[in-house]
Amino acid sequence: MSKLTPIIGLEVHVELKTKSKMFCSCSADYFGKEPNSYTCPVCLGLPGALPVPNRKAIEWCIKIAISLNCEINLFSKFDRKNYFYPDLAKGYQISQYDLPFGYDGFIELKNKKRIRIRRVHMEEDTGKLIHQEIKGEKISLIDFNRSGTPLVEIVTEPDFNTADEVKEYLQKLQLIVRYLDVSNADMERGEMRLEPNISLSHRTDLQLPISEKLLPKYKVEVKNINSFKFVEKAINFEIKRQEEILQTGINPAQETRGWDEIKQRTFSQRIKEEAHDYRYFPEPDIPPIIHKKEQISTLKSQVPELQAEKIIRFSLQYAIPEYNSEILTRDKKIADYFEETAKLGKKHEISAKKIANILINQKTDVAKILPVSLIKSIIASDQTAKIDDAELDRVVCEVFDANEKAVQEFKNGKEASQMFLLGQVLKKIGRKVDIVLVTNHIVKKLQK
Amino acid sequence: MIDLTLKQALEKLNKKEISSVELTKAYLERIKKVEPKINAFVTVTEKEALKNAEHADKTRAAGSSLPLLGIPLSIKDNFSTKGIKTTASSKLLENYIPPYDATVVKKLNEAGMVMLGKTNMDAWAHGSSTETSDYGATRNPWNTDHLPGGSSGGAAASIAADLAIAAIGSETAGSIRQPASWCGVVGLKPTYGRVSRYGVVAMGSSLDSPGPITKNVEDSALLLQVLAGQDPHDATTSPSKVPDYLKNINNKINGLKIGVSDDYFEGVDGEVKAKIENAIKVLEKLGATVKRIKLFSPKYSIAVYTIIQRAEVSSNLARLDGIRYGHNRSYLGEEAKRRIMLGTYALSSGYYDQYYNKALKVRTIIIDDFKKAFHEVDVIIAPTSPTTALPIGASEGQAMFGELADLLVEPSSIAGLSGINVPAGFSKKGLPIGMDIIGPQFGEEIVLNVAHIYEQATEWHKQKPKI
Repeated sequence: MSKLTPIIGLEVHVELKTKSKMFCSCSADYFGKEPNSYTCPVCLGLPGALPVPNRKAIEWCIKIAISLNCEINLFSKFDRKNYFYPDLAKGYQISQYDLPFGYDGFIELKNKKRIRIRRVHMEEDTGKLIHQEIKGEKISLIDFNRSGTPLVEIVTEPDFNTADEVKEYLQKLQLIVRYLDVSNADMERGEMRLEPNISLSHRTDLQLPISEKLLPKYKVEVKNINSFKFVEKAINFEIKRQEEILQTGINPAQETRGWDEIKQRTFSQRIKEEAHDYRYFPEPDIPPIIHKKEQISTLKSQVPELQAEKIIRFSLQYAIPEYNSEILTRDKKIADYFEETAKLGKKHEISAKKIANILINQKTDVAKILPVSLIKSIIASDQTAKIDDAELDRVVCEVFDANEKAVQEFKNGKEASQMFLLGQVLKKIGRKVDIVLVTNHIVKKLQK
Repeated sequence: MIDLTLKQALEKLNKKEISSVELTKAYLERIKKVEPKINAFVTVTEKEALKNAEHADKTRAAGSSLPLLGIPLSIKDNFSTKGIKTTASSKLLENYIPPYDATVVKKLNEAGMVMLGKTNMDAWAHGSSTETSDYGATRNPWNTDHLPGGSSGGAAASIAADLAIAAIGSETAGSIRQPASWCGVVGLKPTYGRVSRYGVVAMGSSLDSPGPITKNVEDSALLLQVLAGQDPHDATTSPSKVPDYLKNINNKINGLKIGVSDDYFEGVDGEVKAKIENAIKVLEKLGATVKRIKLFSPKYSIAVYTIIQRAEVSSNLARLDGIRYGHNRSYLGEEAKRRIMLGTYALSSGYYDQYYNKALKVRTIIIDDFKKAFHEVDVIIAPTSPTTALPIGASEGQAMFGELADLLVEPSSIAGLSGINVPAGFSKKGLPIGMDIIGPQFGEEIVLNVAHIYEQATEWHKQKPKI
């Protein structure tokens, strides 16, 4: 049997952290609040209530699209996606169908492979079903606090071949929305939800972009995963599962599956006979959303420097290895902290490289220690008394002689003895000296 | 007291000749007496009305002069009223008490109105007879064996029978003008987006237009003044400035160009046709000139309207999914079910382009057709309805009853235009005949002006049914 090529696409929902919901003025900060306390006629879908779009959410959606190298539709609109589910207040979800805010973008991976982004669109979240047993009766409750909170959906082309690629893409995407400060993208709070679709192809000569015709005849979608680790496991599980089915000569079923973390496997949720008919049509309650080119330019100019650019700039500007730049830029707060500290450090002739090393190795708590405090402590630890080699050697010899047992123990493999000896030497010197220097001397002497 | 117009009542209230409590009581008594014959209301809010009337009198004594202070009105039952049952004349919502007021209701409350009750309508506003109400048909005050029209049939009947000073109705295509025509009262359909839809149980979202039904044209202008304007809760309301609707209402109509299209007189009942032709002659005598224009036949609008409205209905009613509101979808009537099925079909994948999308395209053509016409003329005049009020039972088993009854008003509704029905005579059987004066989008001023001048020159609006 020839090797099979995994073909993977991804849908990601990102919840925006706007103050109010997508179509009403209810607070969107619903997490952990009393059920149905953050609701109004609009997000409850009461008869007669009408949606009014949240401008901020639209701008943020467009900023995400811009950051993902998308084209922007200057003429866009909302559509109704009609389907029944108890958590869907109106019996339809306001989403976008044929004119999403962004389309045709990409994220570039480390290996220079571009994952194409098909569309970036805006929609509203649903309520939440809670299944409980009350007085021995199994009941379902609906909490509409989440109903109508803004979601941005980002859909890729089926350009991934491995779970690793998916993971890298997700990390990059998460970082972009965090850099934009439009979402916390906190996985545990469901602020980023992942839906990979996976199939395997017999062809080994597939080249990106894969033409529609060459895609496998089936597709398995794994729904609502809320962890990068789980998505990785689910994809790898699916690749193996589908491989085994294909080896028996049949095509896996076109279906929707879920990930069971306890059993470490995917499970079937719904077999798709054919595509669901959502009966999309233009939302008559919301006029088309029209932007001028200049408005998009303004939004573009508001997009901050993102990680990819920052890595390059840090390495050039601060003469630090790209590897370190990458670590420093994983969190915008740390990146900003680094730059501020480096600027202060320059005045005291402390190199940016040194600051970078300290931040990376000591994992400085940037929320608690001010840059100016960090600089002060660096200066303090630099101001150590001088000690010449002869004096140091004399003290070390004295300590070794007085603690023969400890020296012997070290030689027998008890490494903690080294710390004891270091302590004794420092005590004897009685001044603040360079610990690294003293340690090196002790180690050398012990190894003799 | 009950035959006062809104303007007259305001004058008397302000001069302290009458009190709002007296006025309100007079209407409540009239309702008690006449309502069993008419069935114009789903809910009469007697207690609240008296309380509000008392409050209005106190407020007036304290020096307030709100535009509708102490004026008893009826509100169609598809307007959400906080704390008061709002059923849209459907049994499905028989227990639904909204926790909020529609913007229109909020504005009327702020203007000082006294709500007498919620008026009957075709269930969900699906119809032109008020016969499809789950709370029984409303009867035409001119002849109780006849229909009042619909869907704002209860609203129109409440004015014709003097059960309220003025009424608030809503029109998707004909639902204000057609019952106003059949009941011999004034019904104004404002431009789509002129009056907020927030809180009005949605029928055809891209068409619904709330508006007043009144005893005369002046009252219509007075009420529109309160209702019109952009609403932050309705993204489809227009930001354009609201003019003073009374300012130019008395302007002479010398040189006014009236457009008349033959297609709008085709198949129209002979008596109706004759009365409208007479009305046009009256306007000519008053200085207007008539221009024959060619508009698309209204039959195209019916097809477009049917598709768009049914599609929107199918989606709008999806929220009544049996989980909330106490009743499941088996409580929907035949007509609602029919509309949901047709709308769902028209939106289905594979049919969307053929039906809904095509309807949208034709709609644009119809809008352009009217735009062209309004380059040539100031208003267009046509009969409001092809017939006078039909007998009770006429809508039964007639899936397209509404579309035929509203044949002549659907084109202007699709185009989102302004229009008004004014009484223009009576048939030999004594049933009212109405004239539709259609203006461009945001043409309420000219429409009200022409209607008012015509009304001043005629006596039709002063006729009252014997009931």
